[in-house]
Amino acid sequence: MTRKMMTGNEAIARGAYEYGVRLGAGYPGTPSTEILENFARYPGIYAEWAPNEKVALEVAIGAAMAGARALVTMKHVGVNVAADPLLTLAYTGVNGGLVLVAADDPGMHSSQNEQDTRHYARLAKVPVLEPSDSQEAKDMVGLALEISERFDIPVILRTTTRVAHSQSFVQVGQRQEVPLRPYQKDVQKWLMVPAFGRLRRQALEQRLSALREYAESAPVNKIFPGEGKIGVITSGISFQYVRELLPGASILKLGLTYPLPEQLIKKFAAGVDRLLVVEEQEPFLEDHLKQWGIPCAGKAIFPAMGEFSTALLRRCLQQAGILPAAAAEGAPDLSDMPAAPVRPPVLCAGCPHRGVFYLLNKMKLLVTGDIGCYTLGGLPPLSGIDSCVCMGASIGMAHGIGQVAPELGRRTVAVIGDSTFMHSGLTGLLNVVYNRGSSVVLILDNSTTAMTGHQDHPATGRTLLGQEAPAVDMVALVRALGVPHVVTVDPLDLKAMQQALEEALAADGPAVIIARRPCVLLRKLPPNPVAVDEDKCTGCKTCLKLSCPALSVVDKKCRVDSIACVGCNLCVQVCKFAALQAAQRGETNA
Amino acid sequence: MLEKLDILLVGVGGQGTILASKILVNAAAAAGYDIKMSEIHGMAQRGGSVVTHVRLGSAVSSPMVEEGRTDIILAFEQLEGLRWLNYLKPGGSMILSSQVIYPVPVLAGLAAYPENIPGYIAARVPDTLVIDALQAALQCGNAKAANVVLVGALAARLPLERALWEQALKETVPPRLLEVNLAAFAAGYEYRKS
Repeated sequence: MTRKMMTGNEAIARGAYEYGVRLGAGYPGTPSTEILENFARYPGIYAEWAPNEKVALEVAIGAAMAGARALVTMKHVGVNVAADPLLTLAYTGVNGGLVLVAADDPGMHSSQNEQDTRHYARLAKVPVLEPSDSQEAKDMVGLALEISERFDIPVILRTTTRVAHSQSFVQVGQRQEVPLRPYQKDVQKWLMVPAFGRLRRQALEQRLSALREYAESAPVNKIFPGEGKIGVITSGISFQYVRELLPGASILKLGLTYPLPEQLIKKFAAGVDRLLVVEEQEPFLEDHLKQWGIPCAGKAIFPAMGEFSTALLRRCLQQAGILPAAAAEGAPDLSDMPAAPVRPPVLCAGCPHRGVFYLLNKMKLLVTGDIGCYTLGGLPPLSGIDSCVCMGASIGMAHGIGQVAPELGRRTVAVIGDSTFMHSGLTGLLNVVYNRGSSVVLILDNSTTAMTGHQDHPATGRTLLGQEAPAVDMVALVRALGVPHVVTVDPLDLKAMQQALEEALAADGPAVIIARRPCVLLRKLPPNPVAVDEDKCTGCKTCLKLSCPALSVVDKKCRVDSIACVGCNLCVQVCKFAALQAAQRGETNA
Repeated sequence: MLEKLDILLVGVGGQGTILASKILVNAAAAAGYDIKMSEIHGMAQRGGSVVTHVRLGSAVSSPMVEEGRTDIILAFEQLEGLRWLNYLKPGGSMILSSQVIYPVPVLAGLAAYPENIPGYIAARVPDTLVIDALQAALQCGNAKAANVVLVGALAARLPLERALWEQALKETVPPRLLEVNLAAFAAGYEYRKS
């Protein structure tokens, strides 16, 4: 056995490999993405990116039904998409073990909301395990598979951003080959028509009841004895913060947080003077305790919003009088510190989406947006998007606007990326056609899933295992859905782009524009800077409206960062004084 | 062995802060420390403010360094040094690269880049070392090795044998760049003594 520093995500992938998982499926989403990317590199396994989380889970269910150990990965909002098969999967159960990894994002580092996946575990009535570091993340994949097979139920492994992306030591072992469990036809188990569903509903209660009993002695529900004055019940990353802040406290660390070990918790509570519940996000454990009549303090002291940290919990414990108030300790006075300007994320220099948002803003259109890099097009100075709700929402929302406010609908554009369109844009567009809408949909096709780090999807021509695959013909696909007006344009050609938008908005019925150019990071172009004619530059700053990191205006003259600029020539088209001179884009002009 | 050492590496996406963290982690791992490290992925990657937390000790719990309790900040850019200054503990050390990278709001004329950041920091943190890491790296033959110059300066202050650092460098950088990086490391390591 060797010791290796690993992120939680790398450790989960390693765990899946070591514990004999044969199939991994998912859709990329921060903070879960790297699990499948790492798993795919191991020999003797199969891994795939599915177009969305629902499909990924369905693929894993098939694999488990056939007797293999299976892993499916997604971020917390992906569980919403996968919820449909998940809640019935709890009834059917599994054959080979099935683990669903859901990565929550407290504090919304890169998500549109916060949601606590433990509520899904309770809703679906499936067990949930919560690791506190990378070693546990690896070990719990094995435990989750064991529980899944022993109790005939899928298991959720819930991580959070801090566990997924922080690194700690992991003992690395060998892969253990797990033979396929034989499949036997059993329609009462797998065919959920109402009569059989009712039987499995009862079976689910029995399995949960057995799991409750198991939870009482589960090795991952562990007491760390302390002085007994303060007792803390905690799970996940919060355990690490508590251990650091309250070294003398007695801690009940819950690795299995649904179903909960009621007797163990009651016994622990009885042995301490004051009981605290420290959990990130929702008062999930606390609500259970209160329901059982156990006096405790949780959200009265610690917030239910945002990400926890040692500093935050320290302040909470100080306010509650559990830790002594901080002494000043001669810290330097920073009250006169000059404001540090923010460094917001920005579309890359040469990003093919930039000009589109510049135009959408300039044309004063209402733009329903979607999830991806291009959501950054909503920030000033581009300010080219009005909304962002969830994967695929752009198209449905544009249709809704058009149905209730036709005038507004005529100047509304839905913007969606190629990967997101594959994920859940297709059904929205089909709905527009079917219900006689006339929405304009702009598919920003940069030939990848850029936001999460360039994962493939059904239109890129490559799989997660690196094999060539048939690439969807986006134009033919959109036509096949019944869209009469379909055009493809180069988004770096502003004139053509504007014309395409005007024609689509004027068209009768639904219209789709495919703005196609690969992500600038996919094909690394050599620096190829635009030149500035300082005699012509008036310092008007129109070029700065593009929000390009390669452009600035110094002493009333435009300055082009010659290292950052790739010569996309958008600024050349925007400049009214012809002060910017086109770079020769060797690759694209050829 | 140190009971506890908390280090923050701060900079701008693309400056090599993650690589620098890896060198530090590899050297400390060889010395037998328990280590935890935390970084933020996602939207911060492209030209954004980047921070890596590295914690060393006999046993480390939280993967995050705490505000006001950090032993050393290694800043790869002036403004980022300023931004994270409140993380430093009283009596902590700041190693600051004098490099300046303007954020987009500054380029767009929407915000101002503060003047004389090294002066401000040095006035409040007695143990501040300002290094022209970019120039030092250029002299070693590659501007991109500025991150390793800073690692060298950090190494000179830590009770880890120099050989462990050099071994960690060998494990981390591609062979063809090793010579430049060893020179950059040495430049940073000696900087303090001049």
